[in-house]
Amino acid sequence: MSAATSPARQMGKPAIQLLGVNKWYGQMHVLRNINLEIAEGERVVVCGPSGSGKSTMIRCINRLEEHQQGQIIVDGIELGDDLKSLDAIRREVGMVFQSFNLFPHLTILENCTLAPIWVRKMPKKEAEALAMEYLTRVRIPEQANKYPGQLSGGQQQRVAIARALCMKPKIMLFDEPTSALDPEMIKEVLDTMVMLADTGMTMICVTHEMGFARQVADRVVFMDRGEVVESNTPDELFGNPQTDRLKLFLSQILRGH
Amino acid sequence: MSVTVNHTPSPALPPPSRVMAGGPLGWVRANLLNGPINAAVTLLLAYLVVRYAISFIDWAFIHAIWEVPNDRFGRPDTALCRDNKGIGACWAVIGEKHRFILFGTYPYEEHWRPAIVCVLFIALYIVSAMRRFWRKELVLVWVATLTIIGILMWGGVFGLSYVPQERWGGLPITLILATFGLAFAFPLAILVALGRRSRLPAIKALCVLYVELIRGVPLISLLFMASVMFPLFLPEGMNIDKLLRAQVAIILFAGAYLAEVVRAGLQALPKGQYEAADALGLSYWQKTGFIILPQALRLVIPPLVNTFIGFFKDTSLVLIIGIFDLLTAAKTSIIEPQWQGFAVEVYVTVGLIYFIFCFAMSKYSAGLEAELNRHRVR
Repeated sequence: MSAATSPARQMGKPAIQLLGVNKWYGQMHVLRNINLEIAEGERVVVCGPSGSGKSTMIRCINRLEEHQQGQIIVDGIELGDDLKSLDAIRREVGMVFQSFNLFPHLTILENCTLAPIWVRKMPKKEAEALAMEYLTRVRIPEQANKYPGQLSGGQQQRVAIARALCMKPKIMLFDEPTSALDPEMIKEVLDTMVMLADTGMTMICVTHEMGFARQVADRVVFMDRGEVVESNTPDELFGNPQTDRLKLFLSQILRGH
Repeated sequence: MSVTVNHTPSPALPPPSRVMAGGPLGWVRANLLNGPINAAVTLLLAYLVVRYAISFIDWAFIHAIWEVPNDRFGRPDTALCRDNKGIGACWAVIGEKHRFILFGTYPYEEHWRPAIVCVLFIALYIVSAMRRFWRKELVLVWVATLTIIGILMWGGVFGLSYVPQERWGGLPITLILATFGLAFAFPLAILVALGRRSRLPAIKALCVLYVELIRGVPLISLLFMASVMFPLFLPEGMNIDKLLRAQVAIILFAGAYLAEVVRAGLQALPKGQYEAADALGLSYWQKTGFIILPQALRLVIPPLVNTFIGFFKDTSLVLIIGIFDLLTAAKTSIIEPQWQGFAVEVYVTVGLIYFIFCFAMSKYSAGLEAELNRHRVR
């Protein structure tokens, strides 16, 4: 049983489906026949060694990268070359990056209101009220009029989460959100993500934080060399790894703890 | 058994003072006269500065002649100036010819019109430079001002006499060429720079072709083409204004250079900025307008202004196709026999006018750069 793909618990209709997805960078085969189905409200953690295709996979879900074979269906819409459907998907999928990627020339508040105003066509006042609500929820409302460069890394990442949430997405993607942070700041970002998980948001999170995976994930997906090797509940996956590849990986990441 | 020690944080101290001991003299000793080689270089440079500065001040002010009397025909008598040549400047030539230098062959009694045009241009620059006026209405101000400038220069309405374009000259021509040149070249450059990074091969190829073709020829040959060759391709009887043709050549030339400067800014932006904008669902033009260009243009303010200043001065190349800009007017003003030989005074004056405009641009850009990049400061 090398590729257990059955979800840990059934939660309504699928939010994201990857069916036989393949991707190459030049000659390099970086995603190999990925089959993954994520239900609405499900929280999935993707882990694996670096270069295993984790980030590439979640970046394919909002088409920051293009896949070359197979189907990706998000919120009932298949990703393709059609720009209209791509816009529709990107409106519903929020993303948080490893390097925050806040807009440095805009204030924190402007970072959060830009997309709601221009993409969702929300009135400015309403967008600002919404932004303040989310900034309060990530516990930095007092920084609203500062610029990103004036904030610590942890604060910037929390702003990035608030910015994505202001679009009221149905799905949130996290691409190693704590990898660029000092240990003291990792906790504040993880706390924010736990809080978000409690609201029932569909989340896919690429991370090495195994404590986080145990605490919130419904399912953990282990990838290696562009393949999904194992997929199971956190307790099963960490407690009872099936493959030698996962056993080796776990022994390496747990050595430091 | 471990023991916990109570750690008291150490107090914050002010940074050490940077005031130099010994006052200004101490500074001179420490920076200019430290060691025999530095002392020798300092003394040599001081000698050169004093020697040439003094002889310039002597020529330009102390022995200068500011006015000349008229001879018995009522013409200025420049004999005094000729005797003084090499000793002192003859600023009388400026007093006599300044209106020709500034306004060229524009009808003498109508000189108030190009004078107002120059003032309007400068006012337009000042208003546009102030950030609190950076609103949509500014476009209307530009359109209105340029319309008034056109009416003043051409006339033919509101009781103003008609002045054909061939008679325009001097500073207004330079300001027209530079203002329209950069006002059109800059947006063109942005589009070309974006086009060069386009995923659509046809657009990309077109933009590369434009930049490489224009950049590969000297501006002078473009101006020649515009003034001599282009009319040959026009149908019989059709004639496009010579100034307009030169203007188009300047716009195309400046556009190609500015496009490369803008492209440098686009490339300097981290990929994450593009990705974050995409992930939020912003459209291409929203992403470009709100995220990419504001950051990219800030990054390239120094080379942009460098190019702007270069082109302000390059407008003087229209001299070779016989358009009467500031420099041509200056050159022509000393063609009369009695004023021949006083080119230095005229060129120094014209140089000063160019310098004032260029220096203002340079100072303004330094301020703008500091202000727009404030967000980078912690």
